[in-house]
Amino acid sequence: MTEVKNEKSPTKKQYFKNFLKYRFLLWELIKKNIKLQYRNSILGVFWTFLQPLLTMIVLTLVFGGIFGRGKGMVNYPIYLLCGRLIFDFYSQATKKAMRSVVSNASIVKKVYVPKYIYPLSSVVSTFITFSISLTVLIFVMGYFNIFTPQKVEITPYILLAIVPILILLLLCIGIGMLLATLEVFFRDIEYLYDVFCMLLFYMTPVFFVVEDMRLSRKMEMVLMANPLYSIVSMFRSCVLYGQMWNWNWFYYSLGVSIFFLIIGVFAFYKKQDKFILHL
Amino acid sequence: MAEPVIQVENVSMMFNLNNEKIDNLKEYMIKMATGKLRYNEFWALKDINFTVEKGDRLGVMGLNGAGKSTLLKVIAGVMKPTQGKVNVKGVIAPMIELGAGFDPNYTGAENIFLYGATMGYSRKFIQSKYDEIVEFSELEEFIDVPLKNYSSGMKARLGFAIATAVSPEVLILDEVLSVGDAKFRKKSEAKLRGMIDTGITVLFVSHNTSQVRKICNKAIILQKGQIIESGDVDEVCDKYTEMINK
Repeated sequence: MTEVKNEKSPTKKQYFKNFLKYRFLLWELIKKNIKLQYRNSILGVFWTFLQPLLTMIVLTLVFGGIFGRGKGMVNYPIYLLCGRLIFDFYSQATKKAMRSVVSNASIVKKVYVPKYIYPLSSVVSTFITFSISLTVLIFVMGYFNIFTPQKVEITPYILLAIVPILILLLLCIGIGMLLATLEVFFRDIEYLYDVFCMLLFYMTPVFFVVEDMRLSRKMEMVLMANPLYSIVSMFRSCVLYGQMWNWNWFYYSLGVSIFFLIIGVFAFYKKQDKFILHL
Repeated sequence: MAEPVIQVENVSMMFNLNNEKIDNLKEYMIKMATGKLRYNEFWALKDINFTVEKGDRLGVMGLNGAGKSTLLKVIAGVMKPTQGKVNVKGVIAPMIELGAGFDPNYTGAENIFLYGATMGYSRKFIQSKYDEIVEFSELEEFIDVPLKNYSSGMKARLGFAIATAVSPEVLILDEVLSVGDAKFRKKSEAKLRGMIDTGITVLFVSHNTSQVRKICNKAIILQKGQIIESGDVDEVCDKYTEMINK
């Protein structure tokens, strides 16, 4: 059921009112995404912990010998886990958001709903599963601190880990809305983006350390231009090294995230009335 | 007394009809490079003007492709008109496609809340209507079964029960009077009649003149996106019959 949304240019107040009206839908969709993800698996929520844990073990076995011996390396498994959790959240959230409008085409075509609800709910529900999966990090850190000599120093800075996560959330919403818009018009963006994500995985220091690679200055600059580099590095500063981050990372990643947020929201807003003609 | 509920002013709707539908980047690039990117303009609605007053029941008739569904979608806010303006006062219940917001992996009960939220209602509100919905849809036994195991008739019943559980100001009916089996159809017709009798505004799309005569008091005929006839239901229905028989 709809109230009127047909005026040429709804005011900000109307947008806000409309959001309030549909906040229940946002909530229902978030709940649905999370519920259905676990409904048909025996291990249920347990997978959220098991999957990062298993990839951490595999990657440690594969790359531990090569990359795990740098002089600054405190604890390679935790180094890996931090990188992987952050990267996985980024890639899953943006991929789900990308498909969200197209996969809900049957609703968008027939009932009025504010369309941004779909990419937004995809990102937020992925964010919630990501938050749950962070507990695995706590367990692994506890394990290393209690049972092994490879201790990780835990300082109050660990509380600041929320900052890079929130920056990442902004980035995901922005990129997600941009991709969702593109996906409506060009379905093959999906394949291009899959390949792009693979490239991004190798460009993000998930299993290697940029500073230890002895790359040319130019190559290093390319890797550092990736906002995920700054976000992962900030996260590791807080969690693994227990110190304040390099502020350049903060300014850069926040700047890039806000830039993409503006681009994404703008593209979505400009094109949303055309969606129905292409679904 | 006569208070306009729906105002449609100079509404036109244009579609770009491509010779072939392009929905991927590869084809788009190829077409652009070879200069084959052409669009044919198609006006599904041309300069539509009408007002529906409170309590009016307006029948919208026309042959296939006349623009009826487009008009309803524009009024329901699903599509934005290329030109013109639509003003609707109050809550619209667009019963254009029942069950459009259902998720097949969700149970019936969960879908009631999901569909309610899709229509913009709060959880609390749906909770208060929940028993009524389940009772009307006659799905008590199956309410905790995933929707993918429902028959199409059961889904339609659930959709109808949710859509009519609320009391909207404007009801849009797009030939939904044929929901479920004969028994349920009777029940749903009675329910709709009850809603109509309370004085809500109705937009009804149909080919069937006898149904239109039964429900509506006014009617319009659309042809190629334009209103060619409007006025009292009996006059317009006679004209429509004449038009078909020609």
